[in-house]
Amino acid sequence: MSESSLLKIEDLTFSFRTYGGVVKAVRGVSFEVNAGETVGIVGESGCGKSVTAQCILKLNPEPPGFFEKGSIQYHGEEIITKSDKEMRKIRGMEIGFIFQDPMTSLNPTMRIGKQIEEVFASHPEISKKERKERAIEILKMVGINDVERRYMQYPHELSGGMKQRVMIARALVGNPSIVIADEPTTSLDVTIEAQILDLLKKLQKELGTAIIFITHDLGVIAKLCDRVVVMYGGKIVESGMVRDIFYQTGHPYTNGLLNSVPRLDLSRDVKLVPIQGTPPDLFSPPVGCPFAARCEYAMKVCREEMPPEFELSEGHYCACWLRHPNAPEIQLTRF
Amino acid sequence: MMKKPISEKDPLVQVKDVCKYFQVSKKGILKAVDHVSFDIYRGETLGLVGESGCGKSTIGRCIVRLHEPTSGEIIYDGISSRKTGREEQLNFCRKVQMIFQNPYSSLNSRMTVKEIIGEGMRIHYKYSDAEIEQKVEQLLKIVGLNRDHMSRFPHEFSGGQRQRIGIARALAVNPEFIVCDEPISALDVSIQAQVINMLKELQEELHLTYLFIAHDLSVVKYISDRIVVMYLGTIVEISETEELFSNPIHPYTRSLLSAIPVADPDLSSARQRIMLKGEIPSPINLKPGCHFAERCPEAEERCFQESPKLCDRGDGHCVACHHAV
Repeated sequence: MSESSLLKIEDLTFSFRTYGGVVKAVRGVSFEVNAGETVGIVGESGCGKSVTAQCILKLNPEPPGFFEKGSIQYHGEEIITKSDKEMRKIRGMEIGFIFQDPMTSLNPTMRIGKQIEEVFASHPEISKKERKERAIEILKMVGINDVERRYMQYPHELSGGMKQRVMIARALVGNPSIVIADEPTTSLDVTIEAQILDLLKKLQKELGTAIIFITHDLGVIAKLCDRVVVMYGGKIVESGMVRDIFYQTGHPYTNGLLNSVPRLDLSRDVKLVPIQGTPPDLFSPPVGCPFAARCEYAMKVCREEMPPEFELSEGHYCACWLRHPNAPEIQLTRF
Repeated sequence: MMKKPISEKDPLVQVKDVCKYFQVSKKGILKAVDHVSFDIYRGETLGLVGESGCGKSTIGRCIVRLHEPTSGEIIYDGISSRKTGREEQLNFCRKVQMIFQNPYSSLNSRMTVKEIIGEGMRIHYKYSDAEIEQKVEQLLKIVGLNRDHMSRFPHEFSGGQRQRIGIARALAVNPEFIVCDEPISALDVSIQAQVINMLKELQEELHLTYLFIAHDLSVVKYISDRIVVMYLGTIVEISETEELFSNPIHPYTRSLLSAIPVADPDLSSARQRIMLKGEIPSPINLKPGCHFAERCPEAEERCFQESPKLCDRGDGHCVACHHAV
């Protein structure tokens, strides 16, 4: 564990009990977040990226969800064993959370100002006056004009982009050391998305907050993140610095993801190379590599045993048997 | 396949000065589409882009006659939308199909896949049950599903599979023209590429014409021959794809292009970005003048008073901006 490491997740396994059986949503995920950096978690729907993020704040409903094993350490303190009351002190003040859909995650019956101040609810030592001051200050920081009026308004009076700014304000008002952003721009238009991403970048510089950014959009990852974790079928398949992931891609899945996005410089005559098939069924996850069924390079060992993490270069890990010293040399093709 | 120059292309769909207004309250009129004209040529893919609320879906729905335009007319293959009898209407429905945005709400959850896909054939071709079964099987094969799926209900499928069912339904009546209203935005990245490829292959095989509505510009660039950019109910720019991306003229198009996130860290940090002020204003009771003026970095006095006309700059590159002259 490096000294600046704020959050350390080790071998996290989280499942849900359902009528159909136990869904293993997250299976042995480990990564660290250092102070002030931006870590992107990328993957398709159902890969466990949102569940992982919500585990950090224990936001997954328990039951039906439950921790099977692993640990989440924040400043060296174990999160998993904390009670609900203890978690309330952490949520918002230590770790903030920006939800995906600003339209549904704000309370429609509460004024904007009150919703932001709600973060201080379990902190009676902060006076009413100070709460309001901080709420107004943060609203100004996220670029909302006419703050005094907005403070008294209800969510339905704001546009989508404005609501997402309020969500960001709410996540940052407690001055947390980490903010988890779960697809914060997915429901927004491109020009508004660009504004929000720039805002996050600017605020991070000013406040020194670490950001865990969850998205399925590789373009957003390229723009915002320092480090990237690629998830598939509840596992991390590749992690590394953003340049390593994009330019020294190690895992066939990461490569497949990059290939299936039409790039702007792509000629129209070039055919896209989609990843064939569909993601694995997490009721009975495959024993071996989760991607083996869709992987064009899959070998016998891939279906039988989960590959360990191989270190390709400093800090760049890849869980793929192709990286084993005895594996055949394969060049991943990029179009 | 050789591409014909534009002058030789014959228009399949002509949208002529179409308006679609909605009365939202006593005094509030929402001008979803305001005096829009463009042509769609036979065999091409026309991309229609813009942000939410710009009227792109409304246009698509007007073309397939799900909405009646408030004024103006849409001519399909020489026949105006205004004067159609029942016979012609039925014929039109066979030739023009639509693929909807949301694969979860656009399939009837009480019908099996066979019923969903076969419904159009039963109406238009009066096939027997055995013929329908055979055709549905063929269609399922084309879109990458198989005959086992025929007796299942929509809830048994994933989003990508449902979208394929929607595409099979559109293809069932041998259409000439398909309006694709954001057909891939509800799908995962790796599935998106599968559907895009399929749409492209089908176009080549069946000589289809597409109107491809989307907000994702990199996808639109990849699939379209020409692109129409809309903002708040009006067209701001029409051009061939390559021309639009290499030489965007309207300030809105330029900022839209610069806002696309690129999946390349070096390119992403090197790119010049044009940030827009504020957000899209409410489309209800719009002020006169250029709708984009409020957010435009180049707006001057004139833009707030006089709305610009869509002018051809040669080569079919049309722009609606006072500065573009």
